[in-house]
Amino acid sequence: MDARNGDRRIGVYVCHCGTNIAATVDVKAVAEYAAALPGVVVSREYKYMCSDPGQELIRQDIVEQKLNRVVVAACSPLLHEETFRGAVAKGGLNPFCFQMVNIREHDSWVHQDRQRATEKAIALVRAAIRRVALHKPLEKKRVSIHPDVLIVGGGIAGIHAALTLANAGKHVYLVEREPTIGGNMAKFDKTFPTLDCAACILTPKMTAVKKHPNITLWTLSEVTHVEGYVGNFEVAVTRKPRYINEELCVGCLECIEACVYKQAKVPDEFNLGLGKRRPIYISFPQAVPQIPVIDPETCIDFKSGRCKKTCIEACGDRHAVDLKQQPKQETIKVGAIILATGYQTFDARKVPDYGYGVYPNVYTAPEVERLINASGPTGGEVIMRDGRKPQSIGIIHCVGSRDENTNRWCSRVCCMYSLKLAHLLKERTGAEVYNFYIDMRAAGKAYEEFYHKLLEEGVHMIRSRVAEVTDWAMTPEEEGKLVMRAEDTLISFVRRVPVDMVVLSVGLVPHEDAQDVRRLFNISCSSEGWFLERHPKLAPVNTFTDGIFIAGACQAPKDIPDAVGQAGSAAAEAMVLIDTGYVEMEPNTAYILEEECSGCKTCIPLCPYSAITFLSDKKVAQINEVLCKGCGTCVAACPSGSIKQNLFEDEEILEEIQGVLANA
Amino acid sequence: MTEPAAVPKNPKPKVAFYWCASCGGCEETVLDLDERVLDVVVAVNIVFWPVALDFKRHHVEALPDGSVLAAFVNGAVRTTEQEEMAHLLRKKAKVLVALGSCAQLGGIPGLANLSSREGILQSSYCESPSTVNPEKVFPQTLYKENGQSVSLPGLFETVRSLDQVVDVDYYLPGCPPTPKLLWDAVHVLLGSELPPKGTVLAPDRALCEECPRKDTRPEKLTLKEFKRPQDVLIDEETCMLAQGVVCLGPATRSGCEALCPQGNMPCTGCFGPTSRVRDYGAKALSAISSIIDSNDPEEIEKIVQTVPDPVGTFYRYSLPSSLLRRRKLAPAAKL
Amino acid sequence: MPEKELESPRAVQNGFEPKIVAFFCNWCTYLAADLAGTSRIKYAPNIRVIRTMCSGRVDPQFVLEAFARGADGVLIGGCHPGDCHYQEGNYKTLRRVRMLRRVLGEMGIEDERFRLEWISASEAERLKVAVNDMVEKVRALGPLRLEIKAEHFPEEVAA
Repeated sequence: MDARNGDRRIGVYVCHCGTNIAATVDVKAVAEYAAALPGVVVSREYKYMCSDPGQELIRQDIVEQKLNRVVVAACSPLLHEETFRGAVAKGGLNPFCFQMVNIREHDSWVHQDRQRATEKAIALVRAAIRRVALHKPLEKKRVSIHPDVLIVGGGIAGIHAALTLANAGKHVYLVEREPTIGGNMAKFDKTFPTLDCAACILTPKMTAVKKHPNITLWTLSEVTHVEGYVGNFEVAVTRKPRYINEELCVGCLECIEACVYKQAKVPDEFNLGLGKRRPIYISFPQAVPQIPVIDPETCIDFKSGRCKKTCIEACGDRHAVDLKQQPKQETIKVGAIILATGYQTFDARKVPDYGYGVYPNVYTAPEVERLINASGPTGGEVIMRDGRKPQSIGIIHCVGSRDENTNRWCSRVCCMYSLKLAHLLKERTGAEVYNFYIDMRAAGKAYEEFYHKLLEEGVHMIRSRVAEVTDWAMTPEEEGKLVMRAEDTLISFVRRVPVDMVVLSVGLVPHEDAQDVRRLFNISCSSEGWFLERHPKLAPVNTFTDGIFIAGACQAPKDIPDAVGQAGSAAAEAMVLIDTGYVEMEPNTAYILEEECSGCKTCIPLCPYSAITFLSDKKVAQINEVLCKGCGTCVAACPSGSIKQNLFEDEEILEEIQGVLANA
Repeated sequence: MTEPAAVPKNPKPKVAFYWCASCGGCEETVLDLDERVLDVVVAVNIVFWPVALDFKRHHVEALPDGSVLAAFVNGAVRTTEQEEMAHLLRKKAKVLVALGSCAQLGGIPGLANLSSREGILQSSYCESPSTVNPEKVFPQTLYKENGQSVSLPGLFETVRSLDQVVDVDYYLPGCPPTPKLLWDAVHVLLGSELPPKGTVLAPDRALCEECPRKDTRPEKLTLKEFKRPQDVLIDEETCMLAQGVVCLGPATRSGCEALCPQGNMPCTGCFGPTSRVRDYGAKALSAISSIIDSNDPEEIEKIVQTVPDPVGTFYRYSLPSSLLRRRKLAPAAKL
Repeated sequence: MPEKELESPRAVQNGFEPKIVAFFCNWCTYLAADLAGTSRIKYAPNIRVIRTMCSGRVDPQFVLEAFARGADGVLIGGCHPGDCHYQEGNYKTLRRVRMLRRVLGEMGIEDERFRLEWISASEAERLKVAVNDMVEKVRALGPLRLEIKAEHFPEEVAA
């Protein structure tokens, strides 16, 4: 051991991190211990190693003490490994002759016994010193970046990111699986707190997307396969047939009018089943692209082959209706991907006490948005399923949020939209409106003021968690009404509030297929199912997969301003990649020395990136350095020890193992 | 084949052979040099060779230290006598060669490390079906009767490879090493440029390299079950693993010219690991397990069970030289 | 509220503190351990984490080396099946672990001393539970006490 460290001059730096480490780990003892180990010529402890003076210590010591290896014991390498590698490089030493030890996240922050925590820190530092002695100088390799960007999801976040990037001169593919872009926001009537008409502020952006020369818009399309790595993604997109030729259609919509279905019969998805549409339809009047869709499940011609095809007739000499249209497979190459796939709302049937799906006049908030919307199923009139107009309305906050039985998180927007709906419903119907809330969360700009305005409008605020909605009347006043039973916690009294209409403020939940989507793109989800950001505070739009960014509600429930903000941020991150033009890959790839390989082919089937090929002339295996991602699976499998991995050599790891257990 | 190097005018170099816990196969290898053995005899002076010549221990003790050019010791060390002889030959020889798998890795006797001394004595002297030993007489190291005493070597708890007892200069792998390998080794050792101490005198690549069946292994081979040689009519030209038979060629050093596959049997690993591998069995099992064709835990478990004796399969020759060396003894037992 | 450091009734009794060597994959389990840190979740200080990019890098030799050098337990942490950052590395780990476990069993090393856990980046709580559980189980088994510790190998051979 000593002999091997013979020509090594190792510098060890133990960080206090203020009191974050020093309060639990005796950093002085660790530095003193390290000083006595073979090969260590400098061992210091310092308050903040990541600070400029801290980094300067390293640089100076490398020069003055002729260090050829450096160990820093501080926070997680995922936080500052790059920082210290940079400091080492500044000192003129190869940045990979460096090893970082995690004595904060893995030690001082998770243990309380000072002695045991210090022992652990000492063991980890000892291991790192032994490991770093074997580190070899390595070079990061550069890979060029493809200049195009893929954005998945055409809601407000996707639209904003697409426009930002397109305006910066980047070519963007915007892929949306619905027939129109606009996402959830297109379904709203008005937005809080300004009460702007959602369509009015959204549709100009949607049109801008359609017209922008730098944006390729594919609706009714889904990503089916993703391959590659940052800067060099290859994505397969399936464009589903709308049975209308997009090039030829001019958006006159006469085909819809002409459909043999004189009355709309099919439950309308855009109106959440509250309205009806024909088999040939357009989602909403301002849909982008302004091109109808034919639903093969309900179109008579698809089901029976016998239809007068009045739609084709109406289209006349434009010939845009193409009932034989096939799905189209596209493969695109992009350098960066932004996921802006949004959210869906909580399924209120999971809270049976509120009677959704049982009592016809219990609605979810999105359904009420469609009722109030002028282009909705009731033309903007608030008419319930039984045909009546409500004279009293109860709005229940936190349905499927802040609830141990369903979802623990706060969905962030429901209080505000509940207030908005309270205002709009009251305005529209003059009804008595009761908001049943737990806390009033009005944290955004002008949100509290909006709440205050509502209070002045005479909306009743009842602080309670509604226990149940029932049609079981106990008094004559309750006959024919839905009774909301709730404990009003401000007066400590259980109330029965009879109303005509109940609105459930459903929370935001991840899309049903979020897990499938994230696997497709090789990113992670949090335990709740939202796409996982690299760091909740400092990197909310990056993921752990380089080159893939997330924006909007798919990352976590948020309102429109925040979604737009994140979208801009994700666009900027993507722009950084593309404008830099190249990306540097961590040199942790595996390699095979030709003279050691016996050609047993054990490794060939093991690589998911097909980075290992068998050379039929030399009869040995070879690894493509550019394709290798550095997982090390082949290294562990090679039965003759002929595959090695840079930065994770067998010897290096074995030294680490011996180091943590020495004096065991 | 080449002649051995020119012999010095002065006394011929002395060589010694010894066998520890051995089957005698390595001695056979010397004899399998056939007529070449006469060339060896002409070139060297064999001063000790219990299987063939009548020299006694005290003859060896009488030799000056370091006066024997090369001592070839085969067999693992598991008795006190073998340990003493190992030390003695180390003292008397300039170069000590571990001959064969048992000396290099512990060999087949090394599988005794799955048991204990007590266990072995019990099974051999009491429990085995053909033993009749109603008084439960066990071998003892010393027996006195009528003023006379006889002794036997003591049996160690743990079987060891030669280099776990004395410093070893070179290794000749194989169970047994092939005559060709032995011939080449003698040639090297009598020559002027000795390889670095600790060298294994065989190529440092795995067996697949020289196996005639190499080209028939598909590039992407994964398996849904492992078959034992007796379960399959093994095709004589196709790679064993491709037929589902566990062949440890990929993990085993080459140099034997793939004799076992040429005899239509899979490689069982007697040449041990390459120099880049610390624990033979671990790497062998890693390679074999990695190509299991399943991602389902239950199915994987079923497939893994189709190797009925994992230690016997992956550590057949190398248990004492492995990282764990032996099965953990029950607390009461001592080394 | 900071949690009390886990103390087992038996721990103090004979003072045995198991040494567990843990191999955590960079993308899931290592991150979960970092998250436990930022969330100040307390767990037993007996583990020493060695980081690899993927659990698939964990060579069975590493596991054996750890035991040979004095570890009382070895823990491998990787991504959940289907979630491996490198697609399938964790499946290879699973296959090797299943075979290695049989070898370890025949060598007298109890099942609870060798553990494979799937822990995703957000599962800090699960990490804590797994670590504490393993420490307690190994503590109950006692020190591994292999007869011939690897660190003594050089002394064996008299010059």
